[in-house]
This record gives sequence, structure tokens and C-alpha cells, in this order.
Amino acid sequence: MSDTIEMSPAGTPAGTPASTPTVANLPMTKALNAGLRQAMRDNPKVLMMGEDIGPLGGVFRVTEGLFAEFGDKRVLDTPLAESGIIGTAIGLALRGYRPVCEIQFDGFVFPGFDQITSQLSRMRNRHEGEVIMPVVIRIPYGGHIGSIEHHQESPEAYFAHTPGLRVVSPSNPHDAYWMMQEAIRSDDPVIFFEPKSRYWPKGEVNLAESGTPLHASRVVRSGTDATVVGHGAMVSVLLQAADLAAEEGTSIEVIDLRSISPIDYGPILTSVEKTGHLVVAQEAHGFVSVGSEIAATVMEKAFYLLEAPVLRVSGFDTPFPPAAVETHFLPSPDRVLEAVDRALAY
Amino acid sequence: MPATEDASPMVRLLSPEGVFAPSESAAEFLPYLDRLTEADYRRFYRDMVVVRRFDTEAANLQRQGQLALWVPSHGQEAAQVGSAHATRPQDHVFPSYREHVVGMIRGLDLVDILRMLRGVTLGGWTPEEHGNFHLYTLVLASQTLHATGYAMGMQLDGATATGNPETDQAVIVYYGDGASSQGDANEALVFAASYQTPQVFFLQNNHWAISVPVTRQSRTPLYLRAGGFGMPGTQIDGNDVLASYAVTAKHLDDARAGKGPALIEALTYRVGAHTTADDPTKYRDPEELAYWVARDPIVRFRSYLRGLGVEQEFLDAVDEEAEDHAADVRRRALDIRSPETNVIFDNVYAEPHPLIDEEKAWLARYEASFEGGAA
Repeated sequence: MSDTIEMSPAGTPAGTPASTPTVANLPMTKALNAGLRQAMRDNPKVLMMGEDIGPLGGVFRVTEGLFAEFGDKRVLDTPLAESGIIGTAIGLALRGYRPVCEIQFDGFVFPGFDQITSQLSRMRNRHEGEVIMPVVIRIPYGGHIGSIEHHQESPEAYFAHTPGLRVVSPSNPHDAYWMMQEAIRSDDPVIFFEPKSRYWPKGEVNLAESGTPLHASRVVRSGTDATVVGHGAMVSVLLQAADLAAEEGTSIEVIDLRSISPIDYGPILTSVEKTGHLVVAQEAHGFVSVGSEIAATVMEKAFYLLEAPVLRVSGFDTPFPPAAVETHFLPSPDRVLEAVDRALAY
Repeated sequence: MPATEDASPMVRLLSPEGVFAPSESAAEFLPYLDRLTEADYRRFYRDMVVVRRFDTEAANLQRQGQLALWVPSHGQEAAQVGSAHATRPQDHVFPSYREHVVGMIRGLDLVDILRMLRGVTLGGWTPEEHGNFHLYTLVLASQTLHATGYAMGMQLDGATATGNPETDQAVIVYYGDGASSQGDANEALVFAASYQTPQVFFLQNNHWAISVPVTRQSRTPLYLRAGGFGMPGTQIDGNDVLASYAVTAKHLDDARAGKGPALIEALTYRVGAHTTADDPTKYRDPEELAYWVARDPIVRFRSYLRGLGVEQEFLDAVDEEAEDHAADVRRRALDIRSPETNVIFDNVYAEPHPLIDEEKAWLARYEASFEGGAA
């Protein structure tokens, strides 16, 4: 394994040359960076757009080095205006480009919300299929980083509710590397939620193959007593909860949702058939949330497989609180287990 | 005289009476008139008359229940015809939703516009196959950013500023005095100035955003805003088709030559209602309407053509063509067929989407379950 990776030249699938290590140990920031770099090498129509993404490399350094390699015609430091970024990206996509837009923080996406929901998501439909909208919007999201207002939010439900958009969120560096490239290859707009709290822990990235399609959910830990489902940063919380439960003799199956829209229910239903219990966890507010959608759909599709109601563990239905109390707001392994216990007690 | 028309810098070539009397500010634009022949003048007149008659026909169709809504362009024909004829074939045009004659000049069949207003499509045409005339955009000013991004793409492609005006591309985007207050319009001006896009912002100040006068949108003449963004701004008499042509031709050719974006404010007037759902008698002073009706762009240009010696037979023939065109539009509008139910699901995504597929299959089963096989 290596801390750094040699990227393959343009036109060559990532990681295939024999001299390139096929497994790297990377933090998610560098995995995303590698995915973006590979996508830019593979297709000259791929552009980066956003605030501070050029020489600085983004406030999280996800685009670090791209400006130096590809120049200001392909890595565009834009004026500070999110609607402007998304709106001009739409125009560039109509022209044949594949823009990747960085929104600096979750809470700053809303100035661009109209262009995303009223324009980007509907362009293909309005054009009766005559155009594609291959635009990726990267949004660093979520809590656990002790920051100020508008810097810790989880707004994914707004976008999942919007027809025409795809919404995904990787939980680990390997998925980040591959899902980013797949999102850029998609001919549909993809909202790409990057879990900030998982930006820095390192993980193995298999540079040779992805192993899982962009919109597939995946069992990341097998278990028999209860199923827990989450995406992004929540997956590591669920794995911690499963470890704790195992010490007490409860076997939890953990599913990484990966794709929020569409949702791949296959592994979820298979798991529920085995466990009969489902808990859905998310940092977002619970009311009208992705967790609500999963709960309702599993009820509709698998009512007789369930031995207990589907329970949700969510952030509270309040604004994201001051960081000093964020640990009380965010679902913890213990809060997940409290819900698992309630489900098992039915 | 409305406060927005202070006359001093406004570019005007034809007086309201139809006499060629260029304003002092028109000097730099006069050479662009040399590109026009008398045949072009006749075409300008014909386009204005045809679309005015079309406009009436479309409003009638709405009143007869054949369209959900109509968006009249009555009064704004000169601003639109002059600017549209100043574009070159390789240019791209991003309209708002009132630029019917711009579409017609770019090669669009006006019945295609009625398809959207008849509720059978959300779009109506393929821009690349219709003179690069992009789809109408109903959320005001959204298209200004799409236009700017498109113009950025022209730069990245090296499709502009090569020094050949016959092939160098540019973008013109239409919006209005109401839309000028939107954040998107202002962000588009910021991006355009920052990247020096090959682009003209064509702002039709028709003085009313439904019931709200332009004085509520701006305390300054709108063309003056351009300077604050770092680009030239020109105010024109929007009811003077020659001024609209000459000023747009200069700014578009400057844009395609790499000189960056510009803003044109065309002072004109929405003589009709905002849409067929509107009643301007509730909020508009009849004297103001009379002032503008007296400055009708078609009457003005007809007077000018008569002064040039254009024969009455031509003017009559244009009226006849407009009648025929309107009748043809009516006939074909009534023939517009409803789309298949699958239009609900098709083209939401480019790639397979399980939820859409599931819902599409469900609806088909549900509707087939009724007696006779269809709901």
C-alpha cells in the first residue's frame, strides 16, 4: 500500500498500468482529489467550478493541485455567487461541457437552490430528451466538525425530493474515489454529498476496480438481529454501534445507502427479511426526511417481514445547534442502539 | 413623458413620426446601417406586422379556450425585430418568454411556441435545429446565467474572438425590467464581466412587470447599471427598429471580436396585458398608454418606408401575408395533438431510474385496469 498514488495518463483507466499500485491508503479528501483528477484526464470536457478551488485547492483542499495541472480554463475560480455557479454550469453543459461545481459548505447551497431545482433538474425534461445535463454539484455536508452556523448541515432531502436529480453520498475513501468518477460520467445531474467528518480518516482505495455501481446500496457488516441503514458519515456511527451491540450479544447488519436518489432497496429488503427489524439513521432533521421515505417504502414493500415498526434516528427538528451541544443533536452509536433496543423489544 | 425616458443619451435613428433624424448619441452606430438594403427594411416591416397579427390570433385562441395562456408582445416588435436581425447564424439566443418574433426570425415555427402554451409540452423545440433559439424560460432571469455559461463555453471552445466575424460566435440574452431586479440577472452580469464573455444583454424595458412599474425596480435608468458591472451600456429607443438593429449589431460584433459583454436597454412599452390573465386597466393610466400607442413602432417604420418611396402594394401585401400566416397558425394550432401519457416519465432522467420505471409501469397497469382498457 502507498500513501500517494500515481495517476494513469489520460485515456487510461485508473490504476491499470502494472507499475501503479492498485491499492492506496488515502483520506477521503485525497481520494476525491484523485477521482477528480482522473476524470479530468479522461475527458477534456470536465471542468471544475467554484469558490477558492483554484490555487488554494478549495477550503478542504479537495481540488488541490488541479489548477496547477489543468490551468484556469478547466479549474475556474468563480465569483462568489452560488446561483451564478450553477446557472453558468447549466449553460456550459448545454454547450457540451461536464462541470463539477463545488459548494463550499452545505448551508451555502441555498442561494443556488432555484437554479438546481427549477432549471438544472428539469432541463432534459423540458427539452424532451434532446439535451443531457452532466453537472455534478459537490457539497461538503454534515456535523461533527464543531463549526459555526451554516457549516454543519444535512440538506439532502431537499434534493432527493426533486425529480431529475440524482443524489449520492460516499462513506469511505474507496467509494469517494469511484463514485466521484461515476457521477461525472453520468449524463444526469448528480448532487454529491461529501461527509466532512469523514474527510480525514484514511482508508483503503482499490484503484483497479470499484466493485459497486454508483446507485447501489451495500451491506458493510453482516448481522442477524436488526438492520441499520445510513449514508455518508452516519455509516461509521452505525459500525461503531454494531461493535458495541456485538459485545452485548446483539448482531446488527449495517447497510451503507450510498445513493439517496434513487434508493437501492434490494439489499435493504433482503436484510429485513433476515432480521425483521429496521432502524434508519441520519444527521438530517427527521421530519420529511430520507429516513422517513425509507421507513414508508419498507412498510409498503415488506410489511409482513417486519416484526417491529421501522424506527428513525435523526437530528432533531431544530436548526443545527451551536457546536458546543452538537453531540446532543447528532445521532450517536448509543442513540442508534436505543432505537435498536426499542425495535427488538416489540 | 415617462421619467425613464430622459432623451439625452438615448440612441434613436427614426423620430416617432418616422423621419430619419439620428440622435447625437447614434453617431457610432450609424455605420452599421450600411449593412442593410431596402430589402432588409421591407423584411423588418414584414416581420413586425406578421408577429403583431400573430399576437392577436394567439390571444384570440386563448380567449376561445385553445391556449392555457398567451403572452402578448404587442408594442415591443421593433426592439425584437431589430435586435434579432442583428444576430448572425452562428449566434445563440436565450429568450425570456415574450420574444416570439425573435424566434421566428431565427427560424422557429411560431406554432411551436403555442405548443407550450397549449399545455402539450414544457418546451417546444430543439434549439440547435431552430437557429440556436433556446427554450423559453419562465422563472425570470434564470436564462441570463445559462446564456453567460454558454458564452463561457464558446470561449473555452475557441469559437469566438478569432478575428472572423463570419464565424466567431456570440450570445444574446433577452430579459426585462422586472427580471433586472432578480439576483440571477445581476450575477450573470458579474460573471459575464469577470470572464469577458462574448455576450449582449438585451433588456427590454417595457415599463411594467405585470402591475408594478419600472420605477419600483430601479431608481436609475437601467442601462446605467452596466457601468457598475464594468461593461458598456446603451439606451435605445426600443420602438425604433433601426436603432435596435444598429446598436445590437455593433455590440454583438464587438462581443464576437473579444471586446467583452455589453448591455442594451431598449425603452419600449407593453401595450397589451402581461398575459391573457392580466387586466392592466386596474393599474395603468390611460394617458400613459395613449402616449406609447402614439409611438407605435410599426406605424413609425411604415411612415419611414413611405418616405423612402415604398409602394402601397407592398404594404398591402404584407397585411395580406400576416392574415394568411395568422389563419395558418390558427389551423395548425387547433391540430396540435396531446402527447402520450408516457411523456410524464420519459426524459426525466437520461439514464435508467428505478422509481420512475416503477411508477410508469404502475400507471400503465392502473389505467389498463379500467373497463375498455384505458382510464
